Amino acid sequence: MSGVAMPAFAPIAPEIVLAAAACVVLVVEVYGRSTDLTYRLSQASLVLTALVLALNFPEDAIVAFSGTFIADPMAGVLKLATLVIGWFLFFYLHAHLRARSRARGEHFILGLFALLGMMVLVSAANLLTVYLGLELLSLSLYAMVALDRDSPVAAEAAMKYFVLGALASGMLLYGMSMVYGATGTLELAGIGAAAQDGTDLILVLGLVFVVTGIAFKLGAAPFHMWIPDVYEGAETPVTMFVGTAPKLAAFAMAVRLLADGLWGLHGEWQDMLVVLAVLSIGIGNVIAIAQANLKRMLAYSTIAHMGFLFLGIIPGTGEGFAAAMFYVIVYAVMALGAFGMIVVLSREGFEADRIDDFRGLNERSPWQAFLMLVLMLSMAGVPPFVGFWAKWSVLREVVAAGFVWLAVVAVVFSVVGLFYYLRIVKLMYFDEPDDEPPLSVASPLRLVISVNALSVLVVGLFPGALLGWCLAALTGG
Amino acid sequence: MFEQVVFYFFAAVLVVAGALVITVRNPVHAALCLVLAFFTSAAIWLLLEAEFLAIALVLVYVGAVMVLFLFVVMMLDVNLVPLREGFIRYLPIGIGIAVVVLVELVVVLGGDRFDLLPAPEPHPADYSNTRELGQVLYTVYVYPFEIASLILLVAIVAAIALTLRRREGRRGQRPEEQVRVRRADRVRLVRMPAVRREGLAEGGGGRAAAPGGETAPEAGE
Repeated sequence: MSGVAMPAFAPIAPEIVLAAAACVVLVVEVYGRSTDLTYRLSQASLVLTALVLALNFPEDAIVAFSGTFIADPMAGVLKLATLVIGWFLFFYLHAHLRARSRARGEHFILGLFALLGMMVLVSAANLLTVYLGLELLSLSLYAMVALDRDSPVAAEAAMKYFVLGALASGMLLYGMSMVYGATGTLELAGIGAAAQDGTDLILVLGLVFVVTGIAFKLGAAPFHMWIPDVYEGAETPVTMFVGTAPKLAAFAMAVRLLADGLWGLHGEWQDMLVVLAVLSIGIGNVIAIAQANLKRMLAYSTIAHMGFLFLGIIPGTGEGFAAAMFYVIVYAVMALGAFGMIVVLSREGFEADRIDDFRGLNERSPWQAFLMLVLMLSMAGVPPFVGFWAKWSVLREVVAAGFVWLAVVAVVFSVVGLFYYLRIVKLMYFDEPDDEPPLSVASPLRLVISVNALSVLVVGLFPGALLGWCLAALTGG
Repeated sequence: MFEQVVFYFFAAVLVVAGALVITVRNPVHAALCLVLAFFTSAAIWLLLEAEFLAIALVLVYVGAVMVLFLFVVMMLDVNLVPLREGFIRYLPIGIGIAVVVLVELVVVLGGDRFDLLPAPEPHPADYSNTRELGQVLYTVYVYPFEIASLILLVAIVAAIALTLRRREGRRGQRPEEQVRVRRADRVRLVRMPAVRREGLAEGGGGRAAAPGGETAPEAGE
């Protein structure tokens, strides 16, 4: 053998376990007769991967596989959060599919590969692995949206998602090729060392395309056009799959590319992100008011939340990244609960995705109405729920970096956004139901949605642990 | 000198072919122009001493991908007129953006900006490109390689899941069941009592008496 050392397998053990488990589940699905078994095995493989990850939790940054893979505390925290969210995603997916008696194993297999793609993306240390992880994630998601084959809306959503996603990948690749041309290396650490000169026009051009690709994948304005259509067209649990966990991976991609790779151009990407953040927070919050469909409303609220996420990245400090990471994890949990509530209220042949479907929910089921109240207030950023702490920590970092006007704009639009979250609360508590029957929810689903929604309250009352965890992961303190 | 002539020849053909791909009206012609573009870029790669990639491009893209593509284009009778409807309406804004991007790229991507990598020395004749690639593909780049293989697996799973339908009431042969069939599955011997002919003359009454439905008259022979 030539002089290539055997790579270290311990840091990458979670990915290997998940990849192997996904292949096993695939074989079981082909030869097995029960989708229930596929579902249980998928859940078990997530738990197993999380265990392996917890046992191998990276204390310091370890680079393995010839500089293509990095395991650091940020990757560890994000992967763990991804796996936990993945468990909830599979649960809602299974509940949704079983209620419609068309449970199919492919959802879970594609979901496992999508989660694997997220993990690859989170620990990418090389432009190649960034791109491949992103494609593994995106291709699985496109297929999941399209799996609802009898729905023309889902086919349209899948098509739009696929075409615009491919365009975004192309932009990202073009930017990467510019960066490679200017620095002569694919490794992010090498790029960070070589790309120090903000006046190098090739690097700046590459940066423009890279930022465009990131904004597309996160769904920040003005690259947000696909989000509402895909969110509305896909089946609710698939929407959840598109809208929660991948945001964590996209955040990691932004940090890896911008902070690790193109740190020398901090001034340049800061300006771009300010524009993206202001547009996202403004467009998202204002257009969400006009929506009558809850999934579309949540889509525009996603756009606004992604603007807040950029606020945390803009300062470029470790504390700022930690605040953004806290924000994205909290957002994913809240979105999980909000879409989960649509799954809870839906039944065979009826999707509770109109805002009017929540009318008078308090009379039909006070507990579910309370959970939805918690989720909506948390998304709006009302204390003591965790959404408030997320917004607060991000705004504090932005103000500390000297962007007071940006914080003011963000707060003003958040107040605008308060309107559409509170409208749901008003409909649930002060309006009469449209002669709907009392809600009966299967007890496992009720338990899971309760855990999901109450975690927003509990973490909101004690935000220190998660926040400290994010801070330790990004600043090493 | 000779190399440069060859390069400019293939580069010119490549540019013309690439332009034709997006301008010709007939999709089959566009696909064929794309084949030509692949061939000429393979030739340029050969000039760059990337023999393996050049051969792979011809074998994989020209040999497999584009042939499939041609099949698809020929089998799907796409009506292009509605697709072109918005063309004129969006033309001004499209041209505007294209010009801006083009100017930016020309300004930024002048040849003098890429001076980082010096031109490498040509390799001797016994240098094997394939061997070098093979040595790094499964060592240095093994992790990206494995992820790429997983992406292909996802593509297979997705393609099958999206196209394979088990329709209710679909008729088809199942050879394994045909082979396993036993006489008892196909032939049912019915024991019938003999019926006298007068029963038939009485009209419907005799029919009702005979078990076994439509075969009753013959059975009564």
